[in-house]
Formats: sequence, structure tokens, C-alpha cells
Amino acid sequence: MGDIKGFMKYKRDLPTTEDPKARVHHFNEFYKPLPIAHKEEQAARCMDCGVPFCHSGCPLGNVIPDFNEAVYKGKWKEAYEILIQTNNFPEFTGRICPAPCESACVLGINDNPVSIEYIEKSIIERAYKEGWVRPNEVDQKTDKKVAVIGSGPAGLACADQLSKAGHTVTVYEREDRIGGLLRYGIPDFKLEKSSIDRRLEIMKAAGIKFMTNTDVGVDISVDYLQSEYDAIVLCGGSTIARDMSLENRDTKGVHLAMEYLTQNNKRVAGDQFSAEETISVKDQDVVVIGGGDTGSDCIGTSNRLGARSITQLEIMPTPGIERTDKDPWPNWPMTLRTSSSHAEGCQREWSVMTKRFVKDDSGNLSGLEVAKVKWAADENGKYGMQEIEGSMEVIPCQKAFLAIGFVHAQKEGLLAQLGVDYDHRGNVLATDYKTSVEGVFTAGDMRRGQSLVVWAISEGREAAVAVDTELSGQTVLESKDGSVLKM
Amino acid sequence: MTNNTTEPQQRGLYTPQLEKDSCGVGMIANLNGGTSYYVIDSALTILENMEHRGACGCEENTGDGAGILMQVPHGFMKAKALESGVQLPKRGKYGIGMFFFPKDKELKQYCYDVIQKYCKNNDFKIILERSVPVDNSMIGNMAKDSEPDMAQLFFKSSGFNNKDIERRFYFLRTQILKEIYFSGKGLTDDFYIASLSSKTIVYKGMLMATQLRSYFLDLQDDEIHSAIAIVHSRFSTNTIPKWKLAQPFRCIAHNGEINTIQGNLNWWNAREKNMELVSKDRPDLTSTFPVCDPFQSDSGNFDNVVDFLLKASRSIPHTIMMMIPEAWQNNEYIEDYKKAFYEYHDGVLEAWDGPASICFTDGTVLGATLDRNGLRPSRYLLTDDNFLILGSEAGCLEIDPSKIIKKGRLQPGKMLVADLDENRIISDEELKERICKRKPYREWLDKMSIKVEDLPVKPVVKESKLPIHTRQIAYGMTLEDEQLILDAMMQTTKEPIGSMGSDIPLAVLSKISQHIANYFKQQFAQVTNPPIDSLRESFYMSLSTVISNSSRIIGINEEEARVIRTDHPILNQTYYSNILGNELDEFEAREISTTYNKDTSIEAAIDSICDTALDAIEDDVRIICLSDSDMDKNKINVPSLLITGALHHLLISKGLRKEVTIVVRAGDLWETHHMATLLSFGVDYIYPYLALETTRKLAKSKGILPSDGEEKYIKAVKKGLLKIMSKLGVSTLGSYKGAQTFEALGISTEVINKCFKGTISRIEGLTFDQLSRENKAKHDLAFAKEYEKLPDIGNYQWKRKGEYHLFNPQTIHLLQHSTKTNDYATYQKFAEAIDKLEHNSSTLRSYFKIKNGESSIPISEVESETVIMKRFATGAMSLGSISHEAHSTLAKAMNRIGGKSNSGEGGEDEKRFAKNEDGSWERSAIKQVASGRFGVTINYLTNAIELQIKMAQGAKPGEGGQLPGHKVNDYIGKIRHSTPGVGLISPPPHHDIYSIEDLAQLIFDLKNANRKARISVKLVSKAGVGVIASGVTKAHADHILISGYDGGTGASPLSSVRHAGLPWELGLSETHQTLVKNGLRDRVVLQTDGQIRTGRDMAIATMLGAEEWGIATAALVVEGCILMRKCHLNTCPVGIATQDENLRKKFDGKVENVVNYFQFLAKHLREIMASVGVRSVNELVGRTDLLEIENENRHWKTTNVDFTPLLFQEENKLNETLYQSKMQDHGLDKVLDHKLIKYSTLAMKQQKTYDGVMSIKSTDRAVGAMLSNEIAKVYGSVGMLPDSLTYRFRGSAGQSFGAFAARGIFFRLEGEANDYFGKGLSGAKLAVSPDRDTSYDAASNIIIGNVALYGATSGEAYINGRAGDRFCVRNSGAKTVVEGIGDNGCEYMTGGLVVILGEVGKNFAAGMSGGIAFVYQDTPRTLNETVNHEMVMIDRPTVKDLDTIQTMIRSHTNYTGSRKGFTILNNWDEEKHHFQRVISAEYKRILEAKEKSFVLQQKAS
Repeated sequence: MGDIKGFMKYKRDLPTTEDPKARVHHFNEFYKPLPIAHKEEQAARCMDCGVPFCHSGCPLGNVIPDFNEAVYKGKWKEAYEILIQTNNFPEFTGRICPAPCESACVLGINDNPVSIEYIEKSIIERAYKEGWVRPNEVDQKTDKKVAVIGSGPAGLACADQLSKAGHTVTVYEREDRIGGLLRYGIPDFKLEKSSIDRRLEIMKAAGIKFMTNTDVGVDISVDYLQSEYDAIVLCGGSTIARDMSLENRDTKGVHLAMEYLTQNNKRVAGDQFSAEETISVKDQDVVVIGGGDTGSDCIGTSNRLGARSITQLEIMPTPGIERTDKDPWPNWPMTLRTSSSHAEGCQREWSVMTKRFVKDDSGNLSGLEVAKVKWAADENGKYGMQEIEGSMEVIPCQKAFLAIGFVHAQKEGLLAQLGVDYDHRGNVLATDYKTSVEGVFTAGDMRRGQSLVVWAISEGREAAVAVDTELSGQTVLESKDGSVLKM
Repeated sequence: MTNNTTEPQQRGLYTPQLEKDSCGVGMIANLNGGTSYYVIDSALTILENMEHRGACGCEENTGDGAGILMQVPHGFMKAKALESGVQLPKRGKYGIGMFFFPKDKELKQYCYDVIQKYCKNNDFKIILERSVPVDNSMIGNMAKDSEPDMAQLFFKSSGFNNKDIERRFYFLRTQILKEIYFSGKGLTDDFYIASLSSKTIVYKGMLMATQLRSYFLDLQDDEIHSAIAIVHSRFSTNTIPKWKLAQPFRCIAHNGEINTIQGNLNWWNAREKNMELVSKDRPDLTSTFPVCDPFQSDSGNFDNVVDFLLKASRSIPHTIMMMIPEAWQNNEYIEDYKKAFYEYHDGVLEAWDGPASICFTDGTVLGATLDRNGLRPSRYLLTDDNFLILGSEAGCLEIDPSKIIKKGRLQPGKMLVADLDENRIISDEELKERICKRKPYREWLDKMSIKVEDLPVKPVVKESKLPIHTRQIAYGMTLEDEQLILDAMMQTTKEPIGSMGSDIPLAVLSKISQHIANYFKQQFAQVTNPPIDSLRESFYMSLSTVISNSSRIIGINEEEARVIRTDHPILNQTYYSNILGNELDEFEAREISTTYNKDTSIEAAIDSICDTALDAIEDDVRIICLSDSDMDKNKINVPSLLITGALHHLLISKGLRKEVTIVVRAGDLWETHHMATLLSFGVDYIYPYLALETTRKLAKSKGILPSDGEEKYIKAVKKGLLKIMSKLGVSTLGSYKGAQTFEALGISTEVINKCFKGTISRIEGLTFDQLSRENKAKHDLAFAKEYEKLPDIGNYQWKRKGEYHLFNPQTIHLLQHSTKTNDYATYQKFAEAIDKLEHNSSTLRSYFKIKNGESSIPISEVESETVIMKRFATGAMSLGSISHEAHSTLAKAMNRIGGKSNSGEGGEDEKRFAKNEDGSWERSAIKQVASGRFGVTINYLTNAIELQIKMAQGAKPGEGGQLPGHKVNDYIGKIRHSTPGVGLISPPPHHDIYSIEDLAQLIFDLKNANRKARISVKLVSKAGVGVIASGVTKAHADHILISGYDGGTGASPLSSVRHAGLPWELGLSETHQTLVKNGLRDRVVLQTDGQIRTGRDMAIATMLGAEEWGIATAALVVEGCILMRKCHLNTCPVGIATQDENLRKKFDGKVENVVNYFQFLAKHLREIMASVGVRSVNELVGRTDLLEIENENRHWKTTNVDFTPLLFQEENKLNETLYQSKMQDHGLDKVLDHKLIKYSTLAMKQQKTYDGVMSIKSTDRAVGAMLSNEIAKVYGSVGMLPDSLTYRFRGSAGQSFGAFAARGIFFRLEGEANDYFGKGLSGAKLAVSPDRDTSYDAASNIIIGNVALYGATSGEAYINGRAGDRFCVRNSGAKTVVEGIGDNGCEYMTGGLVVILGEVGKNFAAGMSGGIAFVYQDTPRTLNETVNHEMVMIDRPTVKDLDTIQTMIRSHTNYTGSRKGFTILNNWDEEKHHFQRVISAEYKRILEAKEKSFVLQQKAS
């Protein structure tokens, strides 16, 4: 390991950001990178633990102590090689991952954890800069062809891995651009789309084919797919958003978060929208329902688009600042998180339940009727909420975004035509990534239900192992668990 | 040789071949040759006075064996013969055989018939048969049950001349024994010939020392006369009755142990086979083969070989010099003729290595010698009427002091010989010069022997073309191997250090492809012999090795000097080329490939490779180079250990092994452990080419010159090999080679028999097919694709894609969370993750199932948690290795639940002895006494309820420890009685325990120091630990802890953590079985520890025999430990294993959490007990019937593993309890201290003075310890005012005189003292001077024994005479004056002042980090030669020092009347220039800094 006393010498540090007041005028990323020596110092804080909980906490199984050490020693290329063994797209996770690794970092027990995510991002950016990121080279292609449906992080990771194993891979995407939620779910200020394009170039150069605007089951038939490919991997995501069946849900001005974010991402990418289509928040009062990351993205986007006020509602009570016994280290802590979008300005309300949407005479949204709730355990110890009587009020607003998650994959179309089975939550049922239909695999949110990008990548990689094993009888791809020397 | 023995068959885990013994020896001779009864009577008295060195079994009156060897008492026998009407021939014209016959009439007749037959064949006639008159009324039933019929047969020769009679008797004896032993009639124990000679006779039996005289009526008859007698009393670790194992044997009596016995026997057998083949000219000698008899002990076989070599025309001193050579290899100052003798014989016979004090005689010459390390005591004296008396202890025979003209001791590697023909003692120098110059050894060597570097170089080595990664992976090298192990070795010339225990699966249980060496666990020395410090005592160690091609041993000729000599066995490419390409006919070398087609079987491959080798040998090839370098995609390498083991044993069986040298060129060798296994299984040279290539590559990547990297790596391997040898107590590679000093764990019998014959392997395991499969997995992986990196298996660091670890993110989290929230349900999740086979199959116990209780009972009927919790202990973790906060939290928790915490080896702050105001208590109930004796004072011992002698530590058995200077802050320094900032070393052995009777002595010392404390002995699991534990029980331990190899550590070499020792399941089970078998189980409490985590672990431990459990790592995890494994770096981020102020503040452990954990454990155990219907822990002990073995869900690697020996239940013949229910009899009632206490009670109470006079004997041991305990109880560490209690003794004091003596005591001894004088001195003053009636020069005679002032912490000692070896070892505060000392003086000293007015022995001040020694040099030998310069420097005393010296010598002369002292003081201005100062550089620097700051302060004020 590098500096055994690094953690005693250096404090955790992250890059500084552009002033929130300034950055809301554009959609670009706003971090000012640290000097290299500073990054290497940050890596020196890694203690190379005997039991590296970060490595266990990372859904990809990133070998964090190893790349930290390499960075500390200034061996950036080595760090890059270690990193890409477990992670196909560090440029994504390095930007938008909530970093469960850092929650699990041993240093985090009584100090600030190692800035793992930032080190990860630094490694991959350095790698791009130095030209180390090269298309996979395969000595000998197999004669197998695989179709990956969906080009989100799961689909991309799966395609990348299968291509590495020598298979011919085609990725189908029904949208006009590749990337899934990375492309249209996450705003540019968190992930500039050039990062995706840069990666796609590499993947294309490795021979992966991308078919956009192709909705399998609509634009091409399922039969064609099954006859053409040796395997199909479904990575279509969990696209059915959770909705609220409340009074006046159909009011103009109430939108699903994803409608709003997609439109804006497209606009940033240069697409035009008519005034009719445009979901405008300029000089309006915006309410975001849902306290998660998507909600945050709506806030950041609304600030950039000139909203007058933004209020975020969350039905759960305010989380604590510190971990409690319910979410002890090294688990993910349910503590109060303030995202960069929050820092740009918004009102956050907790323990608030939306009762109904209020519309004005012209049928436009004019407010939200909400009530305060109280959370408590009943006599069986079951945690539940109760509305506080007389707490009803109306929050005036002209736009409301529902950012309360996703239910499951879209069943009609492709899935229905394939005839796959579902689990009790409505996700595609799979054993070791194999669906109930011969030759059809699945990965990502479609299988797992809504989750993190890092999980999607992991799913894609693991599914690739399953596919390769099926196609080749064995696999050269590495799985995140289980040793290569296991017998 | 088939072993059709009737030895106890191996059922369960008890392994009879591992029985050990040790003892007391003595001899007496009238050098004038006059025979008398006085000699016999005195010899018996010597024996009786050393009774405490022997032991008795489970019965008070059954001894382990005692005997006497003397000259044939011709007059006595003549008279006895006449009584039967037989006229004996003249002295020397007949011989007497001392026969042990079976009681069974038929069998006895059969024996007679055989004897008659060989009498005829050898022209002997039996002229008289005399049944030996005995009185067996006093011996115990066990001894009686196996008592033989003893008869003396008188043989007369007809024909050949008398000169040859001894040889003829030898043939007669060996032929008779051979026929009877190999007859298959089961007579190997019951028939025996104790002696058969015209010159000597042996009386012996399974007797106690005190019974010998009364049992043999002959010995009471004052008509029985001899000029010589050797006596021996045996302390055996077992009580399985065997009369024949009593000593003396025919030529020798041995106190000690042969560590390398398996190798010695193998080499000897190989040699015999060859002699049978080629020595057609000596059918007389070859007819006696096998010389080594499989039914004998190590000592017995040693005697057989001595006897053989004697008969093959060597003198007895010559023979002994060959077998136990002194340390000559690294001795620059040894005479060249001697060096040549040893060098020559090094090529002829491997040394028999181990601690040994041997008395020997052929009837005319008698003598004694010590092994090269001098690990056994031997004192002698010579009287003015030419009597020589020698014994393990001084004072064992009372002699009028005025008659004594010389008192001495045997020195390491030196021989004392008395010749009755010459009527004098022949000095070591004279004798050896005589023997060494008998042949022109140097001339022969110069002419014949070659150094490997002088061989002509011929580039013959072909290199593989495969990429290095492919080869590394194919041979099984992992990223950790490269980056962690090889890199560290290449850069630091040392093996890397790690911390915490091994929590990965045993190799056989691992699902990850293993290196074959991982199935072999290193053996180590424990109790019956000491490990060696290979660093500080490197003088005694040697790796030099020779290629010879001869097994001739009968003649002494020039040809035997034909050898190729190397300094060590690791070859680089040049040396390998030299050997392979050499052009000498008699050393023709040939490379043989050890790869095989991947589709064929490994077993067939081995056979075919062996055949190729045999063909080569047929072609006169004498060096077989086994090479796997042609491994490729289709050819797999046979693991080098398998093929070399197979070839080694094949060559032994064919009698070719001594003719042939085996060299291995292999890719699968990089860890020191790999090389050690090869050497131990018979390889001569190793060329680890892939490791060398890897180190060159690593070096290059780090900007180091590749050749430097390679050289450093080889250096690290050498150090590692020495360490592995030294932990076993073996000093030289010559004796280590082929000694098979490993236990196989998980290897099947078929593999053992073919490749590792004779190696202990108790649970079966992998077959050839399974090994093939495992081997192929690596090979397949290597060629599956091209790699940029090696696979990471995570053996040392948890890795997601790696090996399973018991402590992993999940289990650590669950354990911490459950105890923090006091949530039993979470604990249950934790327990399930550990206990369930599907989650964890890493331990032997994983494969046990607790039977589903048909007889379950309500949990309320099971004894309470409160009761159960008293049986808990936490592990020994020193303050120093862990922080005060972590240490005291555990102590408080254990005190709260009534369990016991352990101080570890580092002393304890006295503040913790009293309870805190809030009622919490930080005192550790268990106080550890480890080899470093840090902070072990009388007050420390007094404040304990258990005193634990740490014989070994699971993570590094056989090794010492080191606390780096940066961890020794002021606080730690104070508690350890050492200088802050100065590093501390714990020696590998306890220097007062080199054998079992020494341990018995320490137990006795400690029991005296605290009568209320139970004395515990901590052992580490290994094959034979049961036998050792049985010995320890007989040494009166109250408690035995069997530790698993996987226990934690603050710092250990990684290879030791993984490869030394065994899991506790095996050791515990073996111990329980052996104790039950020996009828000793109820005398001792058994505890176990090592990765114990859950109530299920405890239940299984209990069923296997433990009634208490130790838990350390898990308790630390509860305190917050997250298995950082950086304890050795002082950077523990949770404030546990660190002394750093800031990090310690981060400690967040809570007493409550620890208490919660132990409550969970107790509750979990209760649940299991209820489910199997057992109400108390005592009832659960040994209930293996409640366990069954998981046979269904087994991984393919474990299908052939046999767990049943662990569950074997020994027959409980004596119907004793299976748990401790009887107290040991420590024999404290006879202790002299009772008198001392009685006389001074008033003085002690009223703080007054007492002055008294009394006599003392060598059986008065540990005098002062009990008295000091009384003082400490009242006055704590402060003690009484100096000289408050003065006792004046006259006589020979027994061992441990003044042990732990407290401040206020003043012992003045007139006479002499034995070993351990002033051990652990705690403030008292001791003075010893020769008896007033002696007239010899005190300064040149020995007056106290070995290991004086060991671990002394304060006080003074004045010694008017010389001390033995290891004077002031680990002294940390005592001041002393002595007039000369033996070898290894002031070793590891950390404090105190030592003034030596005479000679100092070799290796002085090794590892001495503190304190100062002043040496007065008036002898020609310069100090420079004898000092070990590793840590100390020699300079001149300062003016202040000279004042100190003068004051000390003044006290010395005052108290002892030293003449030498007077002389020096009288000429002080002259003499003061003769003093030199020996001081550690580090300590000097600190002293000077202190001095400077003092001066500055003075100036400032």
C-alpha cells in the first residue's frame, strides 16, 4: 500500500464547484478539478484495509484499494487498468453514483471517507486524456451474435462485455439517441452527454452496432430477432413511472418527472420543441413531489429554466444528520442529503402528503392541497403514518413534477410478444439472468426493478457472463464474485 | 522395513511415534579405576536427589523409568554363580546379558529357543541363568501389569579371542532381537536385552528414581562393585507402560530429544540398503541390519547407531563427535584440524540434532557431551581422590567441600572424557586434537572437495519461451504472492510481516486451487525442546550442504571427502548450470523433465519420471535434476514436492539415495515454505527459476538492479529457511534435510505412501486423481487467455473474488451490529453466517453436525448463562500490541461477567490491580508469563488468579516477537521495565524451559510465587500435542490451553500465520483422547481457542474435550476491530492495535457490547445443550457421540477426508471424570519457604529485621518465591526496606534459588546454586560464595548454573565464582557482579548493570538493547571475539561508570569475600583500565540525550 499514515495526514477533499448563482445559467458540469498532487494525496488516505468494505459495498466489486494505491504512487495507467477490470464506464459512475463504497469506507467509521468516487472520475478522465481508453481488441471473433435491447447503462455494459468475449453485438434502442436514462434521465449539469458520445465512439470502434429509433416488437419483429441472434438480452429498464391517482391528476401543469427531464435533455442536445409541447417553468412556482435523486434533477433543471420558486415535498420525515442503529456502518445511511441542485435553491418540506391537485378556472394547475403527516410505530412495532388533523393547506404552484419512482418494465409490446414470466413485483423473472424464454436474458432495472446506474452496469456485466457461458460453454469474462481458481 | 509392531494402534488422534521423554542424568567414576560399592550407592543417591526431574504417571507410584549402567561386578557375580555351583571365567572372558522376558511361558520358551539358536551360531554357550531378584511391592499397578521377567544370562565364548568379544556380543544381541521383533509374535515391548557385554551391565525398569534401589535387590548388596556408574531418570510425556524405554541404554544415557529423528532414520536406512548391496566384504556388520529399530525411542535408536559405529571400529568419543558435532560452520576461531574433521564427517553422516546431554561409556572410557546449543544442564566436580561426579544438577551428591578441587560444567558442543586406563580427565581440546589428527582430513578435503562456484560453467540451461504471466499462473502464483510476498522479500531481504490470524479455509477445505505445500503444516518445538533464535544465535545455525555420492560409513578413507560443497541449497542460474554442466565423472548430472501430458494421470507420470531417473542412475548419473521448465499448453508440471518426495523414497528403498543428489528446477516454488517442504522431504538443491525471474522483473520495475533483487530474495529465502528450522529447534540443514518435519493435513494415504512415507497424516484427504484435478485447474486457467495481471485470490486481504474469510464484511457487520444493539436476532444471523456449511466450509468443525436432539430438554434445566460465562477467557493480547483502552475494556467486561481477561506478554499497570471507584475492575485475571518476561515481577504474579505460561502462540509457534522502539512509549516502557524508545525482543524459547522437566520447574516456581493461582500452560495444536499435554499435566499444570494455529497476532511473518501449527479441533481432540488414555484427564482443565465465534463453535469444542473457551479476535471486533490487519504498523484506525495518541482517541469500544456478546454466546450454547439434552458444560465434555459427520454436502476435494479420528472416544479405564475434578499435588508442603516465612513472620508484620541461618540442599527449589509472595501481598511492588530479612544458607541450593525474590530479602548462600538462580528477581539481594571449607580458586570455578537472573527486573546479585550459560538473559533492571560467565550472556537484556570480572563465553550481548555490561579483561581472549555485534558496541566506561563499577565491586567483596574483587580494588588505578563497556548503540544514544538535557536543565536553573 501507499502511505500507511496518509489518512492521519490528509483531510478528505473534493473539487470546488462553480458558484450556484452562476452555474444555474448553464447546463454544463460545474466542478473545478483538483491538481494531480492533490488527487494523489486523496488516494493516500486509503488504508488498504484487511477487509476492504468499500470493495464489498460497491455493486461492481471495484477493487478500490488497489486503484487508490496506484493513484497514490502516480501510476495512473495501472489504476485505470485496475478500474476497468470491474467497471466498463467509470466516467458515469464517477459522476453520478451515490457511492455506496464511500458509505462503506472504513475510514468513514470515525472520519470522512476516502473520496473514492472523485478518484474514480479522475482516473477515467486521465485515461481519456492520455488516450488509454481504446476499443476492446479480440484475437478471434466467435460466430455468435447477440442482440441487446435497450441502451441504458445495463445494455451498454452487457454489450461491451459480450463484445470483449468476441461475440457480434447489436444494441437496439427505440429512442433517437443511445444512452437510456443516462441520456435522457440525467441532466447535463450532472453528466454532460459528451461523456456518453465519447464512450459510444469507442464501443462502435470495437464493432458494436447501435440501432436507434428501433422499437423491437414494433419496428422489427420479435421473430426476426429470435431467428437472427443466438441470444437476446433485455435491458429495457423499469420505465413505467409510479403515478398518483389523485383528484385533478389530469390537470394541465402536472407532469411525470421523466417527461420534463427528457424534454429538457433533448433541448440541451439541440432539439426544438413547439411552445405547445414545451413544459415551461419560467417565472412559475414549481412543486416537486418526491425527495429522491430524480426530484433533485427536476429542481436543478427548474432553477436553470427560471422558475420563481421551487418546493420539494417528501412524505417521509426529515432524516437525521447522523447514522442511527437502523442504518449502521457500512450500510447505506438514510441521512439528510443535500444535492448540488438543492444548493442552487429550493424549499424542502418533509412529512407532507399530497391530497389533491387544485386547478384554476382555465384548467391550469394553481396549487397543491397537502397535509402534514406523523410517522410512528403502532403496537406491533410497524411503522406507519397518520395525517395530522387541521394541517391541511394549499401550496400555490403552476407546475408539479411527480418524481416518486418507477413500478416496473413496460409489458406490452416486446415483453408480451416474447411471453416472458414476471416476478411478484412485475419485473422480468430470471434465474442467473436467464428468462423463462430460451435464449432470452435480461439485466438491469428490467430484471431488478428501479435502481442505480452502478447496479445497472453490474447487471449488464453479470448477464454477459451468463450469456457467454451459454454460448461458449465457458467464459473468459470475469464475474464479480467467485475466484477464477474456484473449482 | 515393515512395522509389525504391537505398539498402541492408532485409533483417534493419539500418535505413539510422537511420545517424548526427557530427564535427569548423572554419573560417577573413580578415575583411578578402583571398584567399590560407594560408586553404586552414590550413583543411586544422585538419582534420588534428582527425583523432581523425573515424573510419575497417573498413579503416584508408577514412574516413567530409571536405571543404572555400571561395569560388570565381577566379584559379586562370581559369588552369585558359585551359589549355583558355577565357576565363572576370569573378568572379561564372559558376558552377562540382562534380559526382559515375557511373562507368558510359551512365548518365553520361544525367546529362549531363539537365544539358544544364535548362541550356537555365534559360538557362545550359556553357562548360567540367574533370575534377577526384585521386590516389586512398592511399584504401581500400571508398572506391575507390564513388568517383565528379568534374567541374567551368562555367556561364555568358545574360540575367538577376547579382543573381539564385545563385537561378537553385539552380533548375538542384534540377531536375537531382530528375529524376535520381526517374528510377528507381538514381543516388541515384552522382550528386550537391556545389556549384553563383558564390560558393562544395565539395571533398569519402569521405576521412579527412588524405587530403583529397592526394586533391584542386587543394588542393595554392598558386595556389588564398580568404578563407573551412569544413572538416568526419565520424564516421559506418556504413561503407556514400557519398561524397555527406561535408560541408560547400552552405551549412553540421554537427556534431551532428537528433533530430526525421522530424517536420521531415513538416511540411515538408505545407507544400510546400500551397504547391503555393496559391502559384501562385511557380512558380519550387515547381518545386524536394521540397526535402527522401529520399536525404539529416539534415544534408543541413537544408542543403536552409537553401538554400531563403535563396532565398526570407531572410538566412542569419535562416534559421538560425528553424531553431535559442535557448532563449527560459522566459527572463525575453531582450530583448522577440528574444522576439517567436522567438514569431512559432514559428508559422511548427518548430525543428530536436538537438545542433548549425553553420558556415555564403553566400560573403560566414560564421558559426557552437550549439543551445540548447550540446551541441557550438566555440572561436574572432581575430588582430590580422583572421583568425577557429574549430574544434571550440582549438589546432587553431598561431598565434603574440602575434598573438591574443581567445579565445572559442560559447555555447548564440548566433551568431557575420563579414561580409567589413564586415570585422568582428558580435556576437550586434547581429546579432539587427538581424534582429529588421527587422519589427514584437511589434506583429503583439499584434494577431493570442490566448491560449486569452482565447477566449470557450461551454458546448458534451456529457458521456456512462454510469457511470464502464463507460467506464473500455471504454477499457481497469485497477485499477492508476487506483490506482497516476493516483492517484500526482494526489497527487504525478509519475509513480509502481517497481523491477525488466518481465517481462510484449510487448504483441503478450500474450493480454490491450492499449492501442494499448503497441505503441509510446519512442525515446531514446544515444551520438550526449545526453538532457537536464528537471528541472535546464528552462530549455531548453518545452511551449508554438500553433494556427496557415497554411503560408506564403515571405513575412514580419502574417498569420502569427495564432495561438492555449497553454502546453502538455493541455486541461481549460474550455480545450476555449474552443477548440471559439470564434467566430473563421479558427479554426472542429467536433467529429467517432470511434466506430463495433460490427459494422463499424475500418478503414472510420477512412476514414469522415477523410472527415467532410475535409468539415469543405472547409466552412472549421480545428480538428478528434476526440471519442469518444459511446461507448455499440453504439458503440465507434476508439483515438485510430489515428484521429489516420490523419488527420494524410491531411492531410499533401493539403497540408492545416498549415492544420488536430487536437484529441483521448478516454477512452483516461491515461498520459503515451499522450499522448506522440499528440503524436509529430501531434496538437496533448489533452483526456483520462476521466482528468481519474477524478482528480477519486480526489481527492474522498481529501478533496482535485477541481480541485486535476485540476491536479496535468495537472502530472504535463506533467512526464512533458518527460521523454519529454528522454530523446530534444528540448527543445521544437514540434519533438517529429509527430516520430514511437517504434518500433512488433507493428503490421502496413497499419496503419503508413495511420496511422503512416514509423514504424519491423520485425516486422509486428496488422492492422486484429486491432486491432478486441482493441478490442472491452474494450468487450464493459464492457457485460457493472455493475462495482464495475475489472479488475486485474497489469501491475506479479503477480496470479493477471492478466498472465503470467516471475518468478511457481512460477518463483521452483523457481529458489531448485534452487540451494539444487544439484539440476539442479529447475533443469530451472524451465527448462521458462520455456522452453516453452505456459507462457510472453512474449518474442520464446519463438517460436523450436532445430532438432532431426540432427548432435548427444556432450556430452563440447563445451567445458567452466569455459570457458563465464568468459563470464558479473552486471548492474551499485550498492552503494547493493543491500546490501553482496548485492553482495559476487555478486562472490565470479563471481570463483570466473572470470566478472565489475559494480560498478554507485557506486564500490567499496578493501578489496575485495585477496583475503580465505580466498581469496574481493569485487572487481568490471567497474567501471562511469556519468554520475554516483560514486567513479570512478584507483585504481578501475586495479583492474578491464573498464571499462564505461554509456550507458543497460534500465529507463530516456535517464534519470538519484537516490539519496535516506536511502540515503546513512556507508559509501555514503565510497565515493561524497559527504556522508552528502545525496541524489545521476546526470545523464541523460554530460556528456563528447554524440556519438560524445566517446565515442571517453572510451574513449581510460579505456584510458589502464588499458591492460589492456577497454573496454565498454553500450547499450540500440532501432531503430538496430546502427548505433550500429558507431560505438562504430569508436570503439574492445573490448566492447559490448546490454541489453534489460526489465532490472532499483533505481528507475525505471513508464512507462519498460514503454515505453522494446526487447527484446534485436532489438537484439542488429540489432547483429550491422550489424557483419557493416560488416566490424567481429571487432573487438568482444558481450554481451547482459535477463531471461535459462536455458541456452536463452543459446543463442538466442548464435545471434543474443552471445558473452557478463549475468544480474542471476535471480542476485538465487538470493540470495533474491522480486521484492518495493520496492527504491526501502529496505524489502527479504530484505536485498538495502536499506541498513537490520536488514533487511541478514536477507540469506541464499550464494555456493555462485549458483555452482550458473551451473553449471546452463552445463550447460544445453552440452546444447543438443551437440544441435545445436556444440563451442564461438564457433562458435555468429550461427548463426541453427539456429533456426526456431514457426508452429503461435500465439495469434491473433501470426499476422501476422514473426520472420524476426531470423534474417537478413548476408553475411560479408570472411570475418571472427563473434566477436571482433582487438584494437582504441587508438593508445596515440603518447601523450605514455610520455614523462612515462619521465622520472619513477626519481622514482616512489624517492618522489622530478621537474620537467620539454615542449611540448604539441591532438592530445596524455588527458595524465596513463596516468602516473596507473602511480602507482595502486604507491601505490593514496593516490598520491604533493603536487607530487612536476611537468611544465611549453607549447602547446594536447588534450582530457581531466589526466584522472584522481593525487595527487602537478602539471601547469602555459602556453597553453590543450580540453574535459574535469581530468576525474575524482584528487588531482593542475593550473594553466593564457595563453602568456607573449599580451597580452590573461586574465580575459576563454576558456582551457579545456567540461565541465572533470567527476566530479573530489579535487585542485586553478587556471585563469587563463575556462572553458566545465558547469564542475565532478559535482565531488565538487576545489578550484578560475577566472576565469569558461559555462552549467550546478557542476551536480549534491556536494563540493569552487569559487571563481569572474568571470561565471557560466545555470543555475548546478542539482541541486548538496554542496560550495560562492564567486562574486566585480563585474559588473552578478546571481548571482540565473543561479543555479538548486531546491536551492541564495545567502548570504555565513562568516569561515572567507573565509580559505579567500583561501588559494585566493593559490595561484591563485602558480601562474598571475593579475592578477585579485593585484588582489583587494591590496584584500582591500574585495574580500572582493564574494564570495557558493552552497550547498545540505541541505548547509548538515549542515555547521552538524557545526560545532555539534564546538564541543560542544571544550567538553566
